[in-house]
Parts: sequence; C-alpha cells; structure tokens
Amino acid sequence: MQDVASIEDLYQNLIMERARAPCHAGSLAAFDAEAEGDNPMCGDRVHVRIRRDRNRIGALSHETRGCAICISAADLMGDAVIGKSQDEIGELADAFETMIATGNTPDRPDFADLRALSGVHTYRSRHRCATLPWQALRAALGKTEHRHG
Amino acid sequence: MSVAIERIGFDVERIRADFPILAERVHGRKLVFLDSAASAQKPRAVIDAMVRTMETRYANVHRGLHWMSERCSDDYEGARDKVAAFLNAAREEIVFVRNATEAINLVAHSYGRTVLQPGDAVVVSEMEHHANLVPWQMLRDSHGIELRIAKITEAGELDFHDLERNFADGRVRLLAITHMSNVLGTYTPVERLAAFAHAYGARILLDGAQAAVHRAVDVRAIDADFYVFSGHKLYGPSGIGVLYGKRELLEAMPPFLGGGDMIRSVSYEKSSWAEPPYRFEAGTPAIIETIGLGAAIDYVNAIGFEAIAAHERSLTDHALAVLSDIDGLHVLGRAQDRGGVVAFTLDGVHAHDVATLLDKQGIAVRAGHHCAEPLTRRLGQDSTARASFGVYTTHGEIDALVSGLRRVKQVFG
Repeated sequence: MQDVASIEDLYQNLIMERARAPCHAGSLAAFDAEAEGDNPMCGDRVHVRIRRDRNRIGALSHETRGCAICISAADLMGDAVIGKSQDEIGELADAFETMIATGNTPDRPDFADLRALSGVHTYRSRHRCATLPWQALRAALGKTEHRHG
Repeated sequence: MSVAIERIGFDVERIRADFPILAERVHGRKLVFLDSAASAQKPRAVIDAMVRTMETRYANVHRGLHWMSERCSDDYEGARDKVAAFLNAAREEIVFVRNATEAINLVAHSYGRTVLQPGDAVVVSEMEHHANLVPWQMLRDSHGIELRIAKITEAGELDFHDLERNFADGRVRLLAITHMSNVLGTYTPVERLAAFAHAYGARILLDGAQAAVHRAVDVRAIDADFYVFSGHKLYGPSGIGVLYGKRELLEAMPPFLGGGDMIRSVSYEKSSWAEPPYRFEAGTPAIIETIGLGAAIDYVNAIGFEAIAAHERSLTDHALAVLSDIDGLHVLGRAQDRGGVVAFTLDGVHAHDVATLLDKQGIAVRAGHHCAEPLTRRLGQDSTARASFGVYTTHGEIDALVSGLRRVKQVFG
C-alpha cells in the first residue's frame, strides 16, 4: 500500500525506537549550560543541558515534551554532537536545518543517523518539531560561549 | 442512518455534491475532512454568489451614485437582513466584522472601556477559546477590570455553583461565555445563563462561533445582550463575522475603529458618529465575503436546522460509540448536551503524530490545544487530536477515522 510505504518513510524504525526509548533523555546532574526551546503553536518543549569537556561537548541531556519526531530529533542530536567542538556543531546544525528545509541529505560522514529525519521535509507543518532541539542547543551553546569568553 | 434523519429526508450524498472540494484527493486518497470546527468547506452556492458579485455586480457600497454601487449595496445590505432573520434580530443590531474574535474585541474595547469601570468584574469560563479570554485579559490590564474564571465540572459542563460564587459580591457586570465549547463539544444552557446574569444586573455575551453552525439561534428567546459568530465556520467565506448587540447597548457604545462610512459629519476639528450598525463599520467592508455569508445562510436554511442538528447528533453518537472501542483512546468531556466535536488522546502517541499519520491516509483532523490552551492544561493535557463534523460528514467517514486510528496504533506498536 502506498500510504504504508510513505508513512514508514517518516516514522522509520530508528525514529520510533528513539521516541520510545531515548538514550539521552533526562537531566545531567552536573552541566555547564542549559536552554529551552518552545513551540507555542503546538506546546512542544525541549530542555537541553550540556557539559563541556575542554572545548568539546562532553555530555548532553534533553527533557522533551512533544511528538515522536521531536523526541527522536533531540535524541539523535545527542548522538551527533557529543565529542564535537562548538564550530563543528554549528556546521552540523546548519546542515540539519538545510536537510529539513530542502529534503536533500548532506554528504558528510558525521551526519550518520540524522538522515533518518530527512522524511520530515515533506511535512511542512512538522519541520519545527525536528529543528526545535537544535534551536535549544544553539541557545545553550551561546550561553557557554558567553561564560567562557 | 437514524430514523429521525430519514423522517426529515436528509440526504447527505446530495449535500456532499454541493461541496466541490469534497471530490479532491489527498495523498492519493479520498479526502475525509473532519476539521470543520476549525473552518468549514464551502458549497457551490456560496462560491457562485461571490463569483457572480465580482463578475456582474461589484462596486464599492454605500457611496456610489451609479448602478453598480446601488446593486452591490443592495446585495450587501440584503445579507444583513438575512443575518438579522437568522438570529431573530433587527438589522440595526447586526454589525459586520472580520470574525467572532474581532466581534469580542469590539465589545471589549468599546463597551468594556465605557460602560465597565475599573473594579467591575467580567466572568468567563474555563472552557473559552482564546478569542473569549485574551481580549478580557487585555481589558483587565489596560482598564483595571477584574477577570474571573468560572470552573467547569469533571464532565466538562459549566459548574453553576462556582458561577454563583463568582457573582456573589455583586461586582460582575458581564458574563462572556461560549455557547458551545470547541474542545469539549459542550453546549451551555444559554437561556438559563442569560436569566442568571440579568438577575445579578450583569449583561451576557455569547461566543456562538461553534453553536451557530449546529443549531438555530434566537437571540430574543435567549435574551442575549451580545452574540458573535464567524462566517467561515458556517460554510461561508473567511473574513466576515457578525456581532449582534441589543439596540440600546450599541447606541450607547463609542466607535471601535475610525474612518470612512462610520461618521455622520467630519470637520478638521471633530467628527460625529453614524448610528449603529454603521458606527462600527469603518472603511470599505468585506463586500464579497458578506454577500457570500448571505448565501451560506440561505444554504443552511434550505437544509434546515432540525435536519442539521439531527444529522450531527447521529454522527456524534456514532463517533462516541465507535471511538470507545479503541483501546487507549480517551474522549475529552462527557456533557449531556454536546455538539459535533470530539477531542481525544491516544495512549503513547502524541496528537501531532496522530494527525500526521491520519493525514497520510487522507483524513484531516486538528491537533494541538485548539486555541484553548488553558482548558487543554486544565484537562491535564498538552495537546489533543480533534475530529469535528459538518453537514457533509458521513457515518462512513467516522468509520474511516476509526480504521485510520487503528493503523496509527499499529505504527506506534
């Protein structure tokens, strides 16, 4: 059936797995910065906390109240950014947002599982579900930049 | 189909043929449109009336000394007569606005800042759309009125004991309340509420955005002071709504917006105001949309509210019965008197995922807080899905919703 194939295009196994059992959900006991992303239109909310390890992200946690797309996007973001520098994360965030906006998956080795969310592109009303965690992460990184000069 | 509907001779297939959009396909599937409470689809009669105006009878109204303007003004004012008859009001009591939201803002701004005094109280209920909450919050913050919120019961009906508590100190001057909740489907007992408010010396404003679509409204029988609704939910176009106000109230109210058409005379120093309803209709109005609303009223009158109400009652009963067969599905509200909107949650699946997965099957529902965020939170939710019905909705479409929801459950395992 056509609808089954296209539904599974969006709700891939990886997305469903992470929505059911996210790996980075919760709240870090010790962290260097935190920020919230809110979507007042739908009530989705992502609270991101990060801990630095020298000039890289050592750990990330998220508390996400939202749909399967939003939770899995926050969790896969955690996989992708741990161990990365702030500049690398900025590039990754740009590439992710471009993928959601255009539907084209970037040819980058560090993109890995983030490709699972490329199907969100065809659902315009859901773009913000996928990008909200990245918006919160950018805000949190902005705070550490400020603090660490 | 129920016996009651057969008796009236309601033919839903004939009605569906009047709505061109219902022949459209979505994602390769037949459209199942269950989002009429947000905005309803438009029958051919409305589309044709608007096109005919633009093609054969269009000019600005009330100003022109030429044939086109006279014809167009006749049609525009003819729509006012239709609305007046629709509500059992006088034509001078019908003010055209953009939508129900603007109508409530008009009352809050004009009536609220003159008749209401700082320290007076306005009461709304817990089940208001943002349109009947935010304007009163703004009035509270700018004008110093007190805003009180009357509670609802666990069944989703108005709590009269709490309403009485809110009125007890005699400071309430206005009860502004929905005639039908857009989330719970609850109808409020408007005649009783009007009598209650008047007994305390307060006025009553009714938000009829949902109710006016589903049952006949008689503002005189209700004894409503203000009644508001939107054209686009009544199978008419967007951009046109109605404020009914009792003549003596409108006559005492200052203008909302200033400009052309709402004046009696203007000099560089000062201006004087036209009589209602024109006092409240500044600038060129939504001419084409107003004529479209007139056509929409003709359309629903031709079907008749007895038939519409019986059809929607039957749809709602069917929906509540078949949805309750789905494990983990919870319907919000269980009011005795409820209309054709059913909001629900599905265990383990966010409402947005429900809506997206249904959309892929051609089924349009709304998900979110339905512009009633405080109510959604009051009910312990962040977000719910909502199916809502119109004259063209079939029992088969509700069955399609149920099948669609079973598929959603499969995907979410």
